Amino acid sequence: MLKFVSRRLLSSLIILIVISATVFIIFNYLPFDPARLACGKHCTPEIVSGNRHRLGLDVSWWMQWWEYLKGIFVGRTYGQGAAMFTCPAPAFGYSFNQHACVSTILASALPVTVSLAIGAFIMWMFLGVGLGVISARFRNTWIDRASNIFVLVGTSLPTFISGLLILLFIVLKFNLISPLDLGQWHSPLTAPWEWFTSFFWPWLSLALIYAATYTRFTRSNVIETSSEDFIRTARAKGVSERKVLWKHTLRPALAPILTIAGLDFAGLLGGAIITEQIFQLPGLGRLTLQAALQDYDLPIIVSTTILAATFVVVANLIVDLAYAFLDPRIRVK
Amino acid sequence: MSVTEIEPGVKVRTPAQIAWTRLKKNKVAMVSGFIALFFILAAFLAPFITNLLNLTPTAQYSSGIADTGIPIGSFGGLSLRHPLGLEPGVGRDLMSLLLYGSRISFTVAIITSVASIGLGMIVGIAGGYFGGRVDAVIGRFSDLVLSFPSTFMIIALSLPLTQRVEAAHIARDNGARVVVLVVFFVIFGWPAFARLVRSQTLSIRERDFIMAAKAQGASGRRIIFKEILPNLWPTAIVFLSLSLPGFLAAEAVFSFLGVGVQAPSSTWGLVLSDAVSYWQQDPAYLLIPSGMLIIVVLSLNLFGDGLRDALDPKSDRA
Repeated sequence: MLKFVSRRLLSSLIILIVISATVFIIFNYLPFDPARLACGKHCTPEIVSGNRHRLGLDVSWWMQWWEYLKGIFVGRTYGQGAAMFTCPAPAFGYSFNQHACVSTILASALPVTVSLAIGAFIMWMFLGVGLGVISARFRNTWIDRASNIFVLVGTSLPTFISGLLILLFIVLKFNLISPLDLGQWHSPLTAPWEWFTSFFWPWLSLALIYAATYTRFTRSNVIETSSEDFIRTARAKGVSERKVLWKHTLRPALAPILTIAGLDFAGLLGGAIITEQIFQLPGLGRLTLQAALQDYDLPIIVSTTILAATFVVVANLIVDLAYAFLDPRIRVK
Repeated sequence: MSVTEIEPGVKVRTPAQIAWTRLKKNKVAMVSGFIALFFILAAFLAPFITNLLNLTPTAQYSSGIADTGIPIGSFGGLSLRHPLGLEPGVGRDLMSLLLYGSRISFTVAIITSVASIGLGMIVGIAGGYFGGRVDAVIGRFSDLVLSFPSTFMIIALSLPLTQRVEAAHIARDNGARVVVLVVFFVIFGWPAFARLVRSQTLSIRERDFIMAAKAQGASGRRIIFKEILPNLWPTAIVFLSLSLPGFLAAEAVFSFLGVGVQAPSSTWGLVLSDAVSYWQQDPAYLLIPSGMLIIVVLSLNLFGDGLRDALDPKSDRA
């Protein structure tokens, strides 16, 4: 087990290193020069080269990459003398457009994205797995057919359409959130009710789409498991129907669903760009979109991209380890 | 030793004919297939159809627009002349906009699907057939590609790369944006299919007819192209029909977000993002395009499901 864990840890670390290096190589060869973009109206070559030096862009990509990685652990200092300033660890660079350390900007966007991801996750797991189990239990009845229609529509509905329709024709039409309050961040610690109401509709529009896939998957897994021999044996032993479902069927049927759930959740933690954009939630996705399309704020883009990749890699690792813990056969492979 | 002979009078059917018979029996799949085909044909015949109806996609039919910028008449100015109504503000004909727009969307989706399937096929067969180190390298590489946050990368890189494409004189404006989008979709699209092909190749490789071919001294090339490849076509066809709606929706999403095709061209995503500002005064302008996009994606999905059932009846619809 220890060998398996250390091997998986090492390979995840390698993937992260390669991804971050690739991101630096790609952005280093782009025609955009952040030093120029940070320069403003009255720009002279001296200011540009000064900016370049201050931003640490006057060295090769691998030096920049190294400084970036180092900054995450020990913090980073820019400039000299009176103009000197420091981003404490973990430092992800400095955004000249917003005059702030990227870590500060990320810290304000992260709670929004995490709130969105957690709420949507809970909603779609209950909705999707619940509906899947019910429609497998009542196979070929009207309940099953109705859930099939839900699955079909849900898997064919692009997220931005469901989000738009919910926002415009439910939230704004019935004035559930005032347009001015849209995208306002309320901390769950100080204003839990406002937090809940501001996130409820974004959660729902994300959850509907994910739930459809999970319903389909749960249904087919439960049906497959219930035709296994050990279920027949359990019934023959006289185990009650309820126990057959909860103890014998659901446990093996739901294990593979947890794998996908872990990865989907991690994908959302990186930022649900579309939902955040539609509901104007100031999370990581919207941050990236604005940084990429409005002022090309490279330090922010690099950091959110690497952060999103990190979430996925870490989730992959956790899922693999959890699986190896639950199922000894995997460790041997 | 006796050789089983086909009795005279018994019709021999190829696997393709069997699949076609099965597909014909599936009414849902057939109807949705026709609907999808109708939309695809309409998109590629856009200039012909608009000519026939005497509509010009760039013309501004300002007589149909009230001073408030909202089309006159119910449901966004629906009339015989303008079957789907008018665009608020500028006053272009919505049907011609959507026809020309869906031509771009379908082109992106088709090129992307075919290219990712081609690439995935080559890589997947290579990994599955050669195995060993080749397979390990390919596997690691596709894992790596899948670890990249694709949406983030596309959004972050589309603007600078579009400029690159323009600077290299490959294409201009929306042409360049489409090129960038297609390249990105293919880069992040092939690994999924390559994995599928790899696992299928692994199982086909162990079958008896491959052993027979090897025993006869068939070359590696012959085994790959004549023995393995024909067995992968059903998988490719099903994957194609199921990835088309995915890429179609993806194209709409990116142009909605402001990445990808931009005005004065018009795609589903652009129309929808424009429609958001008119949702109260002219809800039809939002609902008609979203309804059409949902119908197209849904019918392509249903047809793909039917095709899978017809080509591989044993497959489990997970």
